[in-house]
Amino acid sequence: MARSFGRLGPSVATLPRTIARALAVPEHCFMSDDVVVPPLPTTKPIRLIAETGRAVKGAQTAGFAMPSVETLLGLYRQMVLARRFDAQVTALTRQGRLATYPSALGQEACEIAAVASLAPNDWLFPTYRDTIALLTRGVSPVEILSFFRGDWHTGFDPHAHHISPQSTPLATQALHAVGLATAAKLKHDDVVALTFLGDGSTSEGDAHEAFNFASVWQSPTVFVIQNNQYAISVPFSKQSHARTLADRAIGYGMPGYFVDGNDVAAMYAVITAAVERARSGGGPTMIEGLTYRMEAHTNSDDPTRYREKGEVAEWQGRDPVDRLEKYLTAAGALTDDVRGSIAADAEVLAAATRGAMNETPVLDPLELFDHVYSAERPALLEQRAFLAHELAQTEQTLTEMAGRA
Amino acid sequence: MTLIDETAPAVIHSPQAKNEPAAATSISIAGALNAALRDALAEDPNVVVFGEDVGPLGGVFRITDALNAEFGENRVWDSPLAESGIVGTAIGMAMYGLRPVIEMQFDAFAYPAFEQITSHLAKMRNRTKGRVTLPIVIRIPYAGGIGGVEHHSDSSEAYYTHTPGLTVVTPSNPADAYSMLREAIRSDDPVIFLEPKSRYWAKDTVSLPVETPPMNRAVVLREGTDVTLLAYGPTVKTALHAAELGAAEGLSIEVVDLRSLSPFDDETVGASVRKTSRAAIMHEAAQFGGYGAEVAARVTERQFFHLAAPVLRITGFDIPFPSPKLEEHYLPTAERVLAALDTWEW
Ligand SMILES: Cc1ncc(C[n+]2csc(CCOP(=O)(O)OP(=O)(O)O)c2C)c(N)n1
Ligand SMILES: [Mg+2]
Repeated sequence: MARSFGRLGPSVATLPRTIARALAVPEHCFMSDDVVVPPLPTTKPIRLIAETGRAVKGAQTAGFAMPSVETLLGLYRQMVLARRFDAQVTALTRQGRLATYPSALGQEACEIAAVASLAPNDWLFPTYRDTIALLTRGVSPVEILSFFRGDWHTGFDPHAHHISPQSTPLATQALHAVGLATAAKLKHDDVVALTFLGDGSTSEGDAHEAFNFASVWQSPTVFVIQNNQYAISVPFSKQSHARTLADRAIGYGMPGYFVDGNDVAAMYAVITAAVERARSGGGPTMIEGLTYRMEAHTNSDDPTRYREKGEVAEWQGRDPVDRLEKYLTAAGALTDDVRGSIAADAEVLAAATRGAMNETPVLDPLELFDHVYSAERPALLEQRAFLAHELAQTEQTLTEMAGRA
Repeated sequence: MTLIDETAPAVIHSPQAKNEPAAATSISIAGALNAALRDALAEDPNVVVFGEDVGPLGGVFRITDALNAEFGENRVWDSPLAESGIVGTAIGMAMYGLRPVIEMQFDAFAYPAFEQITSHLAKMRNRTKGRVTLPIVIRIPYAGGIGGVEHHSDSSEAYYTHTPGLTVVTPSNPADAYSMLREAIRSDDPVIFLEPKSRYWAKDTVSLPVETPPMNRAVVLREGTDVTLLAYGPTVKTALHAAELGAAEGLSIEVVDLRSLSPFDDETVGASVRKTSRAAIMHEAAQFGGYGAEVAARVTERQFFHLAAPVLRITGFDIPFPSPKLEEHYLPTAERVLAALDTWEW
């Protein structure tokens, strides 16, 4: 009888015992019979609302229940606000107000569903792509955008919002999520960590390590992979030869779900279940949302070099906001009044964002030396004094020139 | 990548014959690197180019522009997104006779490949007593000055120069970009080829193919008698500007473009320092433990009795590279060079 691995927790059953014996592998290398093997993810994405806006019935729901109309209306509102914000930021970037902005246009269902699934004490580990998730979690536009404007690397307090700095080095943040969730588990706090990953980033070694650590440690982590089908110019087909990314989950011994990432109802149902499972000691989950990046990778990218306009148009027809709008309208929840008031709120947000970004930030170059170490270092103070002197001299020269003019 | 690419165009790519160079044209560093890759691919069927977005997109800086269409998927292709994977598989390819030229998308994104570079790429020749050699070029756009958000502006040269077994070079102008990349690809040792990204669009009139001095040699770009100012990659332009400003104040600055960081051209630098008796080294990277520390120590050890003053370093501060709006305060300027030279007793 193979022994159970006790507190290391259940894992996927590996080889049948007969094969194990044939290979003369010691029995303790294999898991006990009572291990629950996660089912293979479905090949068709889990979906609750069809592109037509009608509720899906049968196998494609994978048994997930439709969220309430009230919940969906809340999600709709957040998606509309996020989309308006995203469009505004893209426009500001085109006007040269921001250094760069990776848009999440078309990915609102993944972003908003994930944030809505979290409790206030849970942690979010976002990438550069997930700005609207920060907005939806309550970070102010200025605090979010000061990064993209180029003021400082992180403009908000991660501890205040339970959001880690937006991560650019791909997949690295997934390990941080696993570590934080594990720490919470060790401290007996019921905190869950959710990390976003892009399809391309799952090719990085860190992604593998994060999945494996999470599973071995049964860490309360939820991996939300937004498969927007491109890593800058590289299509998904050059990234993975698997049926779906969610298929990988089984190899790590965790449940994996392949979900229609443009169906916020499905994303919300699946992520919420994963968060609750993690919270109740059930370990990590891998969720792949199949979606599409409607905009360029960033403002400095030229997608005409690598994708057809027709493909973009096709995905336009699968828009996550449109779909939800149809469903909610049919349900009688989205009246013209409600729609109008949400749209008005979105305009207020856009105006506030514009206003904030049109102000020139006041930055102190000397702060460059302030946050490198916990304690002051004489060598760094010397460099700080050097810059202070240089700035004072420049100031003086400018004053003199102004006086002469 | 498909293994047999029947769609690859059956075009014969002949580089310009050496004795009849094309007419001189205005070309950028980016354009020169692209031309060097094209000519290397055409000349040697073992040369392959792969990495992130280097295929149809032509790389985020367009250094591999049009090469995928021209040479096909078996010569120039997009790999999965994993730097350790890119360097690791390049090592295997090189063991089997290919000459991979791989791209790290940005300086800081090469770090996942650090283990492959330091534990294998750099050591293979030594471990195997020369039986296995790795003719691999890793192209890395590096340094700041383009308003990039965090992780897009690192000057990571010292990590590589501190690793025995690696050759580390960095061009500062289009002619060198072409010539040095061609030489790096022909080299039987692994070469870290650092491309100063703020200078990618700097143009010069060059007729390709061009052959500049060997890539292991430093070059005196501007003669002077009072100070030897050593620079490389992105700081060369600043050094030349400092020399202009210095000249206006009666200071004659000799500017040396190091070009090769490892090996270091003791001969050229030594000759210059013996002439001027003063030396300063510039780089964008932080100062502490930086490349300038090696240069200062080396020049001091070898030229001590010719030196009239300690070797100076004009560098970035010892802080993480700043955000776009603050980088101007970090990057060494010509004014900072002159201010530093002023601290010497003359
Ligand atoms: C380690 C690392 N390598 C390369 C990059 C450069 N880079 C930034 S985004 C990106 C594509 C990422 O694609 P994906 O993971 O699918 O996320 P998406 O941008 O589509 O949201 C690349 C290659 C990086 N940020 N980090
Ligand atoms: Mg992607």
